[in-house]
Amino acid sequence: MINSRIQIGLIAGVLIALGVGLTLYKAVSLNLPLLPGEYREVWTVESKTSFTPAKGPVNVELRLPASLAGWVILDEHFVSSGFGFSIIEASDAVSTARWTRQSLDRPTTLYYKMQIYRERSDRALPNMAADVPTKPLLEADQQAAMDRLIDRIAEQSSDNESFALLLVQELLRDSQDQDRLFLLSSYADNSLALMLDTLAMANISAHELRGIELEDGRRRQTLSSLLEVRSAGQWFVINPQTGRVGLPANFFIWQRGDGAILNITGGRNSSLEFALVSNSLPAKAVLGMEQRADEFALLDFSIYTLPVEQQGVFKGLLLIPVAALVVVVMRLLVGVKTSGTFMPILIALAFIQTTLLVGLIIFLGLIGTGLWIRSYLSRLNLLLVARVAAVVIMVILMMAALAVTSYKLGLDQVLTVTFFPTVIVAWTIERMSILWEEEGGHEVLIQGSGSLLVAVLAYLAMSNHWVEHLTFNFPELTLSLLGVILLLGKYTGYRLSELYRFRDMAGK
Amino acid sequence: MVSPLTLRELGILGMNNRNIGFIGRYNQRKNYSQADNKLKTKSAAIARNIPVPELYGTVDYQFQVSSLSDMLHNRDGFVIKPSQGSGGKGILVIVGRDGDHFIKSSGALIDDREVRRHSSNILAGLHSLGGRNDSAMIEALIDFDPILKDYSYEGVPDIRVIVFRGVPVMAMMRCATHSSDGKANLHQGAVGVGIDIGTGQSICAVQHNRVVSQHPDTKMYFDKLTIPLWQQVLELASGCAGMAGLDYLGVDIVLDRLRGPMLLELNARPGLAIQVANQAGLRHRLLAAEKIADSCDDDGEKIALARSQFAAHTS
Repeated sequence: MINSRIQIGLIAGVLIALGVGLTLYKAVSLNLPLLPGEYREVWTVESKTSFTPAKGPVNVELRLPASLAGWVILDEHFVSSGFGFSIIEASDAVSTARWTRQSLDRPTTLYYKMQIYRERSDRALPNMAADVPTKPLLEADQQAAMDRLIDRIAEQSSDNESFALLLVQELLRDSQDQDRLFLLSSYADNSLALMLDTLAMANISAHELRGIELEDGRRRQTLSSLLEVRSAGQWFVINPQTGRVGLPANFFIWQRGDGAILNITGGRNSSLEFALVSNSLPAKAVLGMEQRADEFALLDFSIYTLPVEQQGVFKGLLLIPVAALVVVVMRLLVGVKTSGTFMPILIALAFIQTTLLVGLIIFLGLIGTGLWIRSYLSRLNLLLVARVAAVVIMVILMMAALAVTSYKLGLDQVLTVTFFPTVIVAWTIERMSILWEEEGGHEVLIQGSGSLLVAVLAYLAMSNHWVEHLTFNFPELTLSLLGVILLLGKYTGYRLSELYRFRDMAGK
Repeated sequence: MVSPLTLRELGILGMNNRNIGFIGRYNQRKNYSQADNKLKTKSAAIARNIPVPELYGTVDYQFQVSSLSDMLHNRDGFVIKPSQGSGGKGILVIVGRDGDHFIKSSGALIDDREVRRHSSNILAGLHSLGGRNDSAMIEALIDFDPILKDYSYEGVPDIRVIVFRGVPVMAMMRCATHSSDGKANLHQGAVGVGIDIGTGQSICAVQHNRVVSQHPDTKMYFDKLTIPLWQQVLELASGCAGMAGLDYLGVDIVLDRLRGPMLLELNARPGLAIQVANQAGLRHRLLAAEKIADSCDDDGEKIALARSQFAAHTS
């Protein structure tokens, strides 16, 4: 006994010290903030270059993006197993990744992953020398139609920018103008190529701006293009799809100007796709990663190095120990009765998805209706397992009914009902109804409200911004939590509820 | 509310302390099953000549439920209980018949179907620890000592003795009330009457952890209560400790009119409310019992020492 006490003390002490020590080390020496401050949105962009190899050597060249318009690349990572790999710095702004291989016999995907974030909010592009537009060579009828189009737009415009805007609007508009229809069909509906040629014909410098529209969770995003037009010594960005002026905030520029982004020799059916995930990280941590990612091995083993999808999963998982601590404290120190030891954690996890109030209402509604149905089922004299299974099915039907009616009524929040673990709800209903039969409604109320109280407290702890920040940025604190829980497991003192329970003892 | 310091001075045993310091430390897991399973308890008791209520039969499988009425046709009164039930759950007490119907101890009439349903629920593990499958046992109705009759309402009163290493440490009588539905479990609303280990006389009575002076239904005052055959009760309790192989044990005993004290069941995790009923903490007594157990081996000696040391006026 003494021995096990000392053992627990030692283990718990080491765990707590380790957790707190590592946290302090990271806070002091790596300058990671202990308090949640300003958050930055960090995007993970993964480009997937897929192709089918032909016979002979393969050479894949991918133009790499330059940091433009306030974007900063934090971290780059290339996957190139079996390939010769090099990065060619052609000039300051242009660098290219090159994968080479003597021969290849099956379709292959090459990955290039980077983490980017917006350092400055202004989206100005650096000025760039204008090249003299080269006029396209056209058929006579194309030429005539284009000239008429240019003349018409030039009459209405005052400068190059307004000319380009009018051109985009003209081509976007759903008009039956013969010249427009003819030109579009002769360009195979590639309006961007038509715009570029028309601008060149009108002697206006313009080029394509290619990049990615950042959308969280997209897995197969492709490159999209904007139009950049020179007017009065400045460049203007126009969206050829909408006619809007200016660079959209969620547009990450891959390449400014002409030229191929992907160049594959010895392969066919090539495609370039992007998977995108965004994640909020503390601004200071982002800066730290940028400046010293190489210096500190510890950061290499932090959650940040995981793919962002897994980071999201761990963000949730690392909160569960906090909820477990809440349950342990409430049961061992306070003495709250809960039905099922860790059911409150599961309910709390559901609350995180549904938000507290909606979650409480849904949960109480489900349990209440379930109890009512269960009391009818119990009168039918069913065997226990069949009865629990029947309740599971009833719960699912109730959830479906709730979701459909609330959707029809326009209450989108109720749709989160699906986050409640069905089996847990059904089992809770079963346990509560047995309690009801055995010990009466009073005990149901005590245990039910006890469970809900613990669940709400666990939810409040888990959804606390500071807790979230600490568990995610200092996962080693979980060790300290473990130590504290081990110590609590040896607590032999009174529970808070016992001070009330034995209140009549003091009168003696 | 009481301050933890006061509780500590009184020697009140808390739940955490009970679980770690006594149950976890003294009771071996492998010996729980005998105490948790009333059938095993019964057969072990019979093997040691410890008196127990007669067993009429058991129902182990669902198909036997339909022939239940044949098994019971010549029995007027009987008790159906899960053999691994916890906290007095799932006990159906039938005191007589009225035509095709059975009379529950509360006087309510139920039919055959209800009895079968109850048995099915028991077999499915509805009332059992951890919800595992269980068997139902059918026992003789206890013809309890008429001296105790007025202290219990619609149910059998039993005597709970806490035995630590063979030394009876604290005792109480548990009296069924209307609100406990004839059950003798304190958390269901039964009255607990602390019994002086030294004399078998009542000390104090509690219901729902509050002190009461009379039975809420029969209006009997508890202060006159003295348990008959007290020495035999204590001997039975001590004897069970050796049988169960559990050092910290609750022994539930009933007093039969003809056969005297009988073992009803054992409890490996006896509750703490007994302290309120005795207006005394368990901790001091457990420490003293430890010394008694170290000093002698004989049950008789242990009981004698316990009776002198734990008598109400010296505690």
